[in-house]
Amino acid sequence: MSDEISDNKTNGVSRRAVLAGGTALTASLFMPKGLRAADFPTAEVNTTGLAVTDDTVTIGILHSITGTMAISETGSVQAEKLAISQINAQGGILGRKIEYIQEDGASDWPTFAEKARKLLLNDKVASVMGCWTSASRKAVLPVFEQHNGFLYYPTFYEGLEESPNVIYTGQEATQQIIAGLDWVNQSKGAKTFYLLGSDYIWPRTSNKIARKHIENFMDGCKVVGEEYYPLGHTQFNSVINKIRLRKPDVIYAIVVGGSNVAFYKQLKAAGIDMTQEKPLLLTISVTEDEIRGIGGENIDGAYACMKYFQSLENENNLAFVAAFKEMWGDDMVIGDVTQAAYLGPWLWKAAVEKAGSFDVDKVREASPGVELTTAPEGYVKVHENHHLWSKTRVGRAQADGQYEVVFETADLVEPDPFPEGYQ
Amino acid sequence: MQSSAFLSRKEMIGFALLAALIFIVFPMMLDSFRLNLFGKYLTYAFVAVGLALCWGAGGILSLGQGVFFGLGGYCMAMFLKLEASTPENTSIQSTPGIPDFMDWNQLTELPWWWQPFYSLPLALFAVVAVPVVFAFIIGVAMFTRRVGGVYFAIITQAFAAILTILIIGQQGYTGGVNGITDLRTLLGWDIRTDEAKTTLYFVNGVLLFAVLFAAQYVRKSKLGRLLIAMRDQEDRVRFSGYNVANFKIFIFCLGAAFAGIGGAMFTLQVGFMSPTLVGIVPSIEMVIFCAVGGRLSILGAVYGALLVNWAKTTFSESFPELWLFGLGGLFIAVVMLFPNGLAGVWSEKIEPRLLALLGKAPADKSAPDGAPAE
Repeated sequence: MSDEISDNKTNGVSRRAVLAGGTALTASLFMPKGLRAADFPTAEVNTTGLAVTDDTVTIGILHSITGTMAISETGSVQAEKLAISQINAQGGILGRKIEYIQEDGASDWPTFAEKARKLLLNDKVASVMGCWTSASRKAVLPVFEQHNGFLYYPTFYEGLEESPNVIYTGQEATQQIIAGLDWVNQSKGAKTFYLLGSDYIWPRTSNKIARKHIENFMDGCKVVGEEYYPLGHTQFNSVINKIRLRKPDVIYAIVVGGSNVAFYKQLKAAGIDMTQEKPLLLTISVTEDEIRGIGGENIDGAYACMKYFQSLENENNLAFVAAFKEMWGDDMVIGDVTQAAYLGPWLWKAAVEKAGSFDVDKVREASPGVELTTAPEGYVKVHENHHLWSKTRVGRAQADGQYEVVFETADLVEPDPFPEGYQ
Repeated sequence: MQSSAFLSRKEMIGFALLAALIFIVFPMMLDSFRLNLFGKYLTYAFVAVGLALCWGAGGILSLGQGVFFGLGGYCMAMFLKLEASTPENTSIQSTPGIPDFMDWNQLTELPWWWQPFYSLPLALFAVVAVPVVFAFIIGVAMFTRRVGGVYFAIITQAFAAILTILIIGQQGYTGGVNGITDLRTLLGWDIRTDEAKTTLYFVNGVLLFAVLFAAQYVRKSKLGRLLIAMRDQEDRVRFSGYNVANFKIFIFCLGAAFAGIGGAMFTLQVGFMSPTLVGIVPSIEMVIFCAVGGRLSILGAVYGALLVNWAKTTFSESFPELWLFGLGGLFIAVVMLFPNGLAGVWSEKIEPRLLALLGKAPADKSAPDGAPAE
């Protein structure tokens, strides 16, 4: 038996009343009129035996809620549950309430594969919101492709992938990296870069793209060092000494997880004051979630380049932050991935309504071109390659643990998971 | 009181019961998804049986069996990955024809030590040979220097940590923390279909019984009796003129071979191999399977692996936020209440009653595998 929870908050409120009030909020361009389950007979919207009844549809949530990744993935779970309860409050999808089955990947990749198989084969879920690390995604990918499941994956990641069974709601590497490097070059006059990161596929691929961009597309710029440390590494003194010796304009840091805490504390202890910007520190791996562990005072003045910061001041985001805090507590912070996870259920809703069906093949066909004007990050749109068009922003870390947004791209950046010239 | 027959009557019943369970009851009761899961659990049983010999009989506690499980699994995964990485399948890469993770790490040709894994016979040979050679080196280095007990356990744990770091660090050659994923076919036979998974389950079951019979043979042989003697009074065995180190090396290598076979079957049934199965945590879990089953009994080890993994899956499906506590509770309960594990429960509680029910005289009270003499 699994932990099935349906959201009961809206019981007693007539579906139409909620719908009327909800339309303004949803503002999806693909709001078909009506949206009563009766208009969408189950036999027609579900021809492949998914877990769809006359008034419910079941999806899966597959994240680690135990083990080392739990601290990172909890925010994603919370965001997905928030989105689901909001969608249900507006009447659900095609008149059906979303119910979810949550499974624990336990920070263990074989477990992810096992649970993915269970969700698809046993529970027949219509889609899955899940995974965080690349390793977990790689583990479940063959399962989703073989059994034709549909996964919404929230994390910014290395690219080099374009599965017909996955929608990538985070940024792929080129989206996240190139705009930030150009910005630091143009507005800060940075010429020399020291690349460092944790030793696995995402930092390595990201730094490869950064290096190619710096060497081939940025005049007079060069990389003066590149180093990797095992996950969980906590001794950064030797690299900090090298940085002081080579005096780069920018430390480009892709350190992840617990190593972050040691890295920023040791930088500060070594007398590198990031608020002086000599050298300037630019990271793509520290969201507001990580700052909670690092401590705002230790990272004050560093820059981060990603697509979302909690401090974004637009109506969508203000409403999102307020709803998130109401549901999960005032001391919550929201990072880039949490926001991307929040997009998952909404993008799926929009695709299902556009397709008029829960069938995975039809949802897949409908997905490219689906847009969301209500996204906290602003407007997003699904690309043919299953990634999102999104803006890239640079934020400056504050002592209070929030980022101040200092730059955003004028236009949406096109996702390019297999970038020419960067391989 | 060793009986001279290969299987005593009691043991024959035990083997028959397990065979009935694996070959008849599970396939009939479970759908293909659950059957595949039980197949995965049974791959851990290979390791647990090896541990029952090394630890239960020989007194050599290894906290690094994940190393051998992983080496066997990686050997299989390398063969499958090469088969999946045809130039057609990988045409999107900058260097088609090599595994995808190598391309991501800017390798432009296959490393020489991957070449043998194009051949299935060589890969199958490596599944057993690589763990055995590795175990042999560790064994010679440790046992001839009379390193034993806790020190040996700590050193094996260090090997588990070293291998994990090596695999993660050399990601261009090993797939790093992602492991080797997206394995598809074995000589053109799609291993991802339900029929293939069911077939692999039975292959797994047959191999497990082969391993069990091999383990039983060792236990019944003079070697088996020597192992127990060594566990209880190592010095006396040495003074009797036996070279203790050689026996230890042999049994350690045998456990490694079993673990390697289990790892290869794991890769085939789960469809990938990753360093999370090599490290310290899985290695300790494997010892727990053996302990829960009763470390003195090879059949108990199989039941231990089944029970613990089944409990893990069931608890985590029912209580995704609390399941680790349930699992912890299970271990504590087993250790507190049944120090000899499931096998102890069977031989002390259930079997005498069954025999009484059948109207036979209770069997002699000595534990079948010779409990420690102390």
